[in-house]
Amino acid sequence: MRIERRLRQPWWLSVVVPIVSICVAILLGALVLLLTGHPPLHNYRRLFDAAFLAKGALSDTVISATPLAFTGLAAAVAFRMNLFNIGGEGQLYAGAITGATAGLLLAGAPSPIVIAGMIAAGAAGGAVLAAIPGIFRAFLSTNEIITSLMLNYVVALVLDYLIFDSHSYLRDTSGFEASVFPQGKTLPDEATWPSWTLHGLALPFGFLVAIGVAALVWALYSRTRFGFEVQVIGDSARAGRYAGMRTRRKILAVMCLSGAIAGLGGASQDGDFRHQLDPRGLTAANYGYAGIVVAALARYNPFAVVLIAFLLGGLQNAGYTLQGADFPAGLVGVMQGLILFCTLGGELFVRYRVRIERPARKPARPAVEAGA
Amino acid sequence: MSGEVQASPPPSPVARTAVALRGITKRFPAVVANDGIDFEAAEGEVHALLGENGAGKTTLSNILTGLYRPDEGEIVLFGKRAEFHSPRDALDAGIAMVHQHFRLVSPFTVAENVVLGDHRDIGRTFVLRPRAIERRVAELSSRYGLSVHPRARIWQLSVGEQQRVEILKALYQDARILILDEPTAVLTPQEADSLFETIRAMAADGRTVIFISHKLHEVKAVADRVTVLRRGKSVATVPAAEATRRSLAALMVGREVELGRRQEHGREAGEPVLELEGLCAGGDRGTPALRDVSLTVRAGEIVAIAGVAGNGQRELAEAIAGMRPATSGVVRVEERRLRTGDPRYAIRAGIAYVPEDRLGTGVAPGLSVASNVVLKSYRKPPVSQGPLLRLGRIREIARRVMERYDVRASGPHVPAWQLSGGNVQKVVLAREFSGKPRVLVAASPTRGLDVAGIETVHEYLREAAASGVGVLLISEDLDEILALADRIAVMYEGEIVGERDAGTATVEELGLLMAGGAEEQA
Repeated sequence: MRIERRLRQPWWLSVVVPIVSICVAILLGALVLLLTGHPPLHNYRRLFDAAFLAKGALSDTVISATPLAFTGLAAAVAFRMNLFNIGGEGQLYAGAITGATAGLLLAGAPSPIVIAGMIAAGAAGGAVLAAIPGIFRAFLSTNEIITSLMLNYVVALVLDYLIFDSHSYLRDTSGFEASVFPQGKTLPDEATWPSWTLHGLALPFGFLVAIGVAALVWALYSRTRFGFEVQVIGDSARAGRYAGMRTRRKILAVMCLSGAIAGLGGASQDGDFRHQLDPRGLTAANYGYAGIVVAALARYNPFAVVLIAFLLGGLQNAGYTLQGADFPAGLVGVMQGLILFCTLGGELFVRYRVRIERPARKPARPAVEAGA
Repeated sequence: MSGEVQASPPPSPVARTAVALRGITKRFPAVVANDGIDFEAAEGEVHALLGENGAGKTTLSNILTGLYRPDEGEIVLFGKRAEFHSPRDALDAGIAMVHQHFRLVSPFTVAENVVLGDHRDIGRTFVLRPRAIERRVAELSSRYGLSVHPRARIWQLSVGEQQRVEILKALYQDARILILDEPTAVLTPQEADSLFETIRAMAADGRTVIFISHKLHEVKAVADRVTVLRRGKSVATVPAAEATRRSLAALMVGREVELGRRQEHGREAGEPVLELEGLCAGGDRGTPALRDVSLTVRAGEIVAIAGVAGNGQRELAEAIAGMRPATSGVVRVEERRLRTGDPRYAIRAGIAYVPEDRLGTGVAPGLSVASNVVLKSYRKPPVSQGPLLRLGRIREIARRVMERYDVRASGPHVPAWQLSGGNVQKVVLAREFSGKPRVLVAASPTRGLDVAGIETVHEYLREAAASGVGVLLISEDLDEILALADRIAVMYEGEIVGERDAGTATVEELGLLMAGGAEEQA
């Protein structure tokens, strides 16, 4: 058996391989279920029902998918330039903090203004945070994986501090209950993002924003000078410099863009779903890290990111719904892991071709010793 | 020509055929790399495989070493049909290859590297027996004139010595057929001479040496027979002694070529377009690489920088092109002072630059030919409008360029890394010329190209000069310099040690300057 690099990648491979990979993941998952004594078909059916078919399941799936779409896009935007921004998690927190602050500060203003303010503040919060590893990377060649990752913990602590360890502007200090169970101030009604219902499917505003961002990212990367520069620098930084591109500025810009998108995800959490700054809920969800998985599965294609976010969102949602004694608790985690594993493994088949040859191993070792 | 008949006599007819390839065909998407190739080499023969880049030499050697499988045809080894499923099968059958890029582990010793690729008895025992291995390595190296110490570590060795280790690796594994892929490309003339002696010693021992090259004089000097490949076909096999450089070149490119004759062009140099004054710059390791370089290039003139590699030529080109900041000194383009250290200013001032490192600097290898064609012009119409790219226009421009400069690829969407070296260089040149430059800095623009490719590049450089561009050509090849330049400056240890008019300069004089002999001469 041999593995050769493909000279040409047929277009259909990038569609067929992921689908086959997911099927393989499902089969492996079934094997795990069988081995642990659970009927696979029954459990898969329940999983699928809870994710997509049951009443209201689709709406809940969209709710789970929205933050994943944002963090997935954030990761994809940076990875396209070989910038490994692992800080989507922290940038989402930062966006949630600034978004909630804007929502509270603008209370009383007309709703569209409050929402626009939250969007701008959330994006700015994420961008400013991402600029820190961006500056270090661009001007001091520091490894952005480490710096962006470490900042996640810093922001998580800031988040805790704001609600649990201080009487900050964002903390609810009004009643007795709030002093026993610290929580964020509830945002005013004007700061609630709208949602639309289509045939029973509730589409939150944040999800639509994510689709819009995906379209913008696609256009930016494939149709603009900026995107061209990102492609060149991502492929060969030296070639970019040779062509007179400002590589450092571009690194900083892409990091900020990536952070801004993650920050939007944070603002959407405030406005669409939580209506307060909710440290426990945000830090427990691991949206940022899941976003990296989403981006990898989507092969950094922005539209695929939204689709994958939807699928993984469904899985997550089903996990929440089915929590209980009669459902194998680890199944959702196992499935997520298997899907990632199989899809990354499937990548191999897109880039390489495996040749299986007849095992006719008769090495022709002719009589050559005579001459030596 | 007396030096060219020293080759050992052709093997006697009784010599056994070591390897025969019959009707080898290998197809890749959009190209037939090998098209019914027949090839035969006897035991004790040095057989040269001559051909342009893209003629199919590399594909053929990959088939012979088991890396590719042929679509059609057969390999016959010592009279028996052989089929390779992996490079290991080929190694087992006694075929070894010395690649252009060495595959050595640099912190390991020579002996360790030699034994590394060996999977037979000695290497298979759990405990290495370093003494025995070192003894065998020392024995082989003295027998074939491959002087290198078995306990030296690879990083301590020069490029020439590293190549010897590669050859030792092959000999240690008892290779009966050695394929050397352009082995002299990295060697100094002295090292090349000693390599030729090794090759002859190996052949005298009954081994078969397949020598891949596109340098005609080497083929003449070392080979018994020459097989010429052209566009994937074997066009002729001739005894080296009977061939002339001209006849080989003709076979290789399919027509008679001008070889190394300087063409007088009665043009007059114009105003200075590029002036360097006391230019100094640091090298990659922080030590000064350029010392006080002053030079003028006029419009319509080709000025060549001669010198042995590593004497500051690359740094000079980079400093002019803005890839390297100057520590002091001035660069002027058409009387205007250029800010150094930023390629964008250099591009704007009208400096075109053909970098030494084609794949990786000259082009972004993963991007399409079309993207690489507009790598420098994407900022302006017609390629872009405001912040938006005009993709249709880009494809159109790329198609036109590919046609005009004869870039061979199946379309503008093909990624640059899939192109052969010559075609990549055509893309680079096409882009640089299309920017309508005032100055063209070309660093080793023909390195690694075949005869036709070299000819094309030379033609473009002459054309550029004829159209009034000031050309600064950096080259290690004196023949090339003498064929092209109007003036020649010689660099030695970061300084310009002499400037000569090309009409009166002699090779001896230039060679002395290049070797740092300026002081004695004065």
